[in-house]
Parts: sequence; structure tokens; C-alpha cells
Amino acid sequence: MINNVPFFAVMLLIAIGLYTILFKRNLIKIAMGIVIVEAGVNLFLITLGYREGGLAPIYTHLPSGVEIPGGLVLPVPQALTLTSIVIGVAILALILSFVVRIYRHYETLDSRNIRRLKE
Amino acid sequence: MPDEGLSPVVRVIAAMLFPFILIFSLYVILHGHLTPGGGFQGGAIGASAVVMLIVAYGARWVESKAGEESVSVLESLGGLMFVVTGLLGFILAATFLSNFLVGEALFGEIPAFGSNPGILNTGGTLPLLNIAVGLKVIGGLASVVLIMALGSRGEAA
Amino acid sequence: MMDWLLTHAPALLIALPLLGAFLTPLIDRISGKARSAFVLVVLAATQLLMMALAWDVFTQGAHIYTMGAADPTATVPAQAAVPVRIVLQVDGMGAFMGLISVTVSLAAAVYSLAFMHRESGQGRFYTLLLLMVVGMLGMEFTGDLFNLFVFLEVLSIASAALIAFRFYHGDAVEGAFKYIVISSLGALMVLLAVALLYGQYNLLNMGALASVLEYTYLDKVALGLLIAAFAMKCGAVPMHMWTPDAYTVAPASITAMLVAASQASLYALFRICFSLYGFTLDLTTVGIIIIALGLLSMFIGVTMALPQKDIKRLMSYHAISQTGYMLLGVGVGLYLLAHADFDTYGIRAMEGGIFHIINHALYKGLLFLTAGAIFYKVGTRNLDEMGGLAHSMKYTTVFFIIGALAIAGIPPLNGFASKLLIYESAYRVSPILSIVAMLVSILTLASFVKVFHSAFMGPRLEGMGDGREVPRSMLVGMGLLTAGIILFGLFPDWVVSNLVHPAAQALADQAAYIAALGGGV
Repeated sequence: MINNVPFFAVMLLIAIGLYTILFKRNLIKIAMGIVIVEAGVNLFLITLGYREGGLAPIYTHLPSGVEIPGGLVLPVPQALTLTSIVIGVAILALILSFVVRIYRHYETLDSRNIRRLKE
Repeated sequence: MPDEGLSPVVRVIAAMLFPFILIFSLYVILHGHLTPGGGFQGGAIGASAVVMLIVAYGARWVESKAGEESVSVLESLGGLMFVVTGLLGFILAATFLSNFLVGEALFGEIPAFGSNPGILNTGGTLPLLNIAVGLKVIGGLASVVLIMALGSRGEAA
Repeated sequence: MMDWLLTHAPALLIALPLLGAFLTPLIDRISGKARSAFVLVVLAATQLLMMALAWDVFTQGAHIYTMGAADPTATVPAQAAVPVRIVLQVDGMGAFMGLISVTVSLAAAVYSLAFMHRESGQGRFYTLLLLMVVGMLGMEFTGDLFNLFVFLEVLSIASAALIAFRFYHGDAVEGAFKYIVISSLGALMVLLAVALLYGQYNLLNMGALASVLEYTYLDKVALGLLIAAFAMKCGAVPMHMWTPDAYTVAPASITAMLVAASQASLYALFRICFSLYGFTLDLTTVGIIIIALGLLSMFIGVTMALPQKDIKRLMSYHAISQTGYMLLGVGVGLYLLAHADFDTYGIRAMEGGIFHIINHALYKGLLFLTAGAIFYKVGTRNLDEMGGLAHSMKYTTVFFIIGALAIAGIPPLNGFASKLLIYESAYRVSPILSIVAMLVSILTLASFVKVFHSAFMGPRLEGMGDGREVPRSMLVGMGLLTAGIILFGLFPDWVVSNLVHPAAQALADQAAYIAALGGGV
């Protein structure tokens, strides 16, 4: 049961993030919601690679007597998570620049008032 | 204000710390094939050094020293180095992004399998790709924060 | 030399625009004209290489490319038992979609030379355009799931930055904000599905994964997430809310490329349903879901298009409804995949849907470019304020008429050929599908007659531009797409047997896909 705590954390993060994107009005809070969902998915990816009692998958100064590759955690999910974090940074930079521009034009950050594109 | 910077105490300490943070980021980039780290992580550390200068001295001062243009040129050079290394992979050896430096002089040693004390001269094209990505990330993240700081000039609240 | 180029073509086709994208800011500092010439040279070289690769794939067979290996076709390395490297795979369907992407990009780039001439920051515009090309080609050539996610994100970020390019208009940035929020949420759902599949089978290569996939509960969850995310990216109802806003505010050439980008997502949807899951799916249920998405998109798209006053918003609702045709055609094919009737009319329906993809890219791109030409001359997109443009813009009027007749499905243009294939095969599954499809065609014709009458007919009005035609590069861009429309309309048999049929075969044949990618664990 204790090994499943990260998966519960993933579900909680994704639920909180989705709630924030769908129901909050402030544009910055919507951006935060996307970051929270992304954090949840990254946590899920890393948790998949864990092996019980494993060491970090690095050969430099590896303690002797460790079985390779059985005693190490999986390195591939770590690479996937890194790529996802980089993409998340790029998206966050883009969203925040858009929010700055929208504030200049509309003078408000409430998404109910930013509605020049109607039906 | 993102423009004027902070008090002289903060400025002096930021100026003293800046070269050490840059050296640490270059260390993380260059040892990417031996220790945790690599291109993006080291690049983010380097960009945070530049961001520390922006906060301490103000965006206008940083813009006058190393303008937005030179940072963007750094970014393009990093990306170019990555693609050229990949293309050299299939001109000199078999396929795109293949490791053509294994066994050569530059970064070409082949270490023994298993635990080793971390020899820098290994890895083939991997350290070159790490350096390219590190340059691109330093340039990219620093220019993002610099342009945002310059652009929000005058929005006090 | 030619053989060497063709062997390395899949990687070259992604590396060449990427190299161009990184060199463009540096060349832009030297001179603007050098930058425009450089971008055109890069895109022309990509187009020639793509056509050569497509010819080779349609005649000889699929191309496999393993990055970083000693031999391009060695997908399984010597020390491993499964394919672990990044594998690019170009079969009939991938080559077909690659042709569409590069042709539309070349036409849009030629058009942009004059259209964006007065804007500042053109170096960034062309860099992002080349990055969009990289994203589209990467999605269409990849052989493993995580690369699909990465190139999907590259495409979304470059498109969002281009949609907001005219940042001095407030509504452009608003449309781009909606686009990037929905897009990144969809891409995170794709990543979640990839993580679910990786966690179960420890494989990312699509061929190897297809050979070991059992249809467990987690696989169903992953399939649901993938279908929802990719259908949202193509603008299928009920996730279509971003399409009108984003397509309206983007510059016209970027809207034409966004159409090609949403078709890359459509390709990813089909690749997952046919080649990754294949026969392990519950084909009846998933087929009915895709057919239902198609019907809803067709009907709601065209009914919301009729009362629109903004010319580009009207056309973007039509893009939604035409996506419905493609989903209907290929959905019927998926529904019949295990049936005995697949080889008679199941594959005809798939050919109709796939042929419709290239037809739609051509005539929708042309219509958006003509709307951009109108905006360039007149300065407004509102149909109530325009009139009498046929007097001064003769070429644009002719291009618009050809585009409108093609989208309504009038012979001898290309829309008729693909729609006829879809009507015939969908009728055998259930007559209601064909009746709805034909009704939607009639309503499409009605709304384009309305646009033609408002914008082009009538007396010459004051303030409607300076009475001359648009610049030559815009006409060349539009003419390139028109030539494709007329040729495909006059010779549909040649197109179907040489281009579309290999693509449909490649999609339906999961065993060949697995064998090519070196699966069979």
C-alpha cells in the first residue's frame, strides 16, 4: 500500500490541475493549472521507473557488489521526464507572454471579459 | 521595479557570485555523460546566473552590457552546432546522429564496463551535443527573462 | 548518389528544415532578401526530396531509418532483443501525408513573401514556419510513441506563436491563448497515455508494442485518452471550440498551414487505431465512435457556418465539417476491418477518406489564401462591408470560384471524386450516413454561394482597395494549389491507384508494419 502513494499523488495533482483550468477565471490561475497537471504527469513517469531498493543508474563511482542492471532503477523514464519538463518550460514562457499582451489590450485578467471573439 | 535593481549590498554579492555560478553550470554541462546533469540542467543554472544579474542590477543595465541580439545569436549557434553534429554523423559514419568519435582523439576513449572513476575523455559525440544544448538553453532562457523584464517596464502594480 | 540520398531521406527531411530554422535568424541580420531567398531554397529542396522519396515508397515499399545505428535498416541493436533506438518509418501513408505538408508549406511560404511584406519581425516568422514544417514531418515519419508526443508539442508551440503573430490586435493573442491552453492539455493527455502503455509493456516503439499488446483495462484508458486528444487537435466536435478563434485571427498563410497541421494529428489518430491497436481493438465500438464523431462534426460545422459574417470564421467552421468527412470515411473502414466485406467496400471507404485529406488540404488552403488576399486589399474580414470585388480582382475571383466548387463536390473538380467514394461505401453500412453527408454538401454549397455573392458580386463600391490585383507572389502561391485541384479532379483514377491505394493498404496492414519496424518480440 505504501508503494502506491505516488500514484495517489498523481491522481490528486491531475484532478486539482483540471479543476483549476476549468473553473478559475483569472488567466494566471489557468496557467498555473497547466503547470500542476504537467507536474502530475511528470511524477507519474518517474514513479514508473522505480525498482525496490535500487540505486541511481550511474556508473561513476558505483558501489561495488551492485548487480547491473538489476540493482538500478530504470533510466529511460528519467530521460522522458526531462524532455517533458523542457517542453513545459517553453509552454509556460509562451503562455505568460500571451497573458502580458492580453493585459495590455484588455486592461483586465478576468476571462469573462476577454471576449472579442464571440459566436 | 524590474528596471532599477536592488541595493548596493545585493549588487556586490551578485557580482561576486556570478562567475562561480557560471563555472558550476559549465561543469554540469560538460560532465553530462558522467554525473547527473547535462545540457538542459546546466543551461538552466547558467540562465539563472543571468537572471540573478537582471534582478540585482536591473534589466536596462544588463541590456546595455550584453544585448538581446547577442543572446539570440548564442541561441542560434547552439542549435546550429547540434544539427551540424548530427549531419556530420551521417557524412563521416553511418546514420544521422551516429557516434563518429568513438575511438578517435577527441572524447574517444572506451572505458571498461561497470563502475569507473568518471573519465572525462569518453562519450564520443555526447559531450558535444551537451555543449550545444547548454549554449542554446542559456541563450534561450536568458533572452526570455530579459525580454519579459524589459517589456514590463512601467507596469508598477 | 541518388540511392544514398534516398536511403538517408527520412532523416534529411527532418534535419534540413531544422537547419534552415536555426540559420534563418543569423541570415536575417545580414539582409531581408537573403533570408527570403534562403527560406525558399530550403523549402524547394525539401519538396524535391519529398517527391523523390514518395515516388520510391509508392513503387518499392516502406523505408526504415534507425538513428545512430551502423546500418539504417538495423532496428534491433546487437546487444538488445527489442528495438530501442529512435526509428523513423516512411510507408505509403506517411509519404502521402508528407507530400501534403510540404506542398502546402511551400505554397504558404511563397504567398507570405508579399502578404507579410509590411510586417516587422519577419525573420521570426519564417523561423517558426520552418519549425512548423519540422513538427509536421516529424509526426508523420516517426516510428515510436514518445517522438510523436515531442513533435506534436513542437508543432503546437510553433503554431501558437504564429497565430499570435499580429500581436497588436488584441483578439489575435486571445485566440492564441485559447489554442495553447487546450493544445497543451491535449498533449499532456497523450503523454499520460504513452506513460500508461510504457509502464505496462516497457516498450516505446510502435511496431514492437503492437505485437505484444493485449487489450487490458489500462490499454482501453490509454486508447480513450489518445482518441480524445488527437480528435481535439483536428477540430472534431465536441472539442472544436478553439478552431474558429485560432483560424480567424492567424495570418492567412498560417491558417492554410494550420489546416495541414490538424491533418497531421488526424494521421496520428489513424496510425494509433489501425497500426498500434489494430485487431486487438473492439472494432465495432471504436468504429462507431469515430463514425459518430464524423457525423457530429459534419453537421454542426456546416450549420454553425451558415450565419457567420466573418469570412475566415465561416471557412473555419467548414474546415470542421470537412474533417467530419475524413473521420466518416476512415471510421467506416475501421468498423469493417475484421469483416469479410472489407476488401470490397471497406477499403473503398478508407480510400475515400484518405483522398479527401489531400483534397481538403488543397482547396481549404486555397480558400484561406483567397480570404487573405481580400483582407490584404480591403482591410476587413466582415462580409457586410465588402462588395463588388470581382471588378478589380479577377484572378482572385477565379481562384475562389474553383475553391468553392471543389469544396461543394461539383465535378470535374477533386472534391467530387473523394466524396463519391465516401457516399458509395458509407451507404452500404447504413443509408443514413450518406444522406447526412449529401445534405451537408448542399448546405456547404449554399454558404459559399452566399460568400461569393456578398464579396464578389454587385457594383463596384468606394473604398474597396485601389482597384488592382494582389501582388504576384500571392498569385503564384494560390496558383500552385489550384493546379493541384484541377489535376486531381481531371485524373482521379491515376491518383487513387498510385497514391491513395498504397496509403490505405499501408494503414490497414498491421502485420507488415510490425515486421518492418523489427518487432516480433
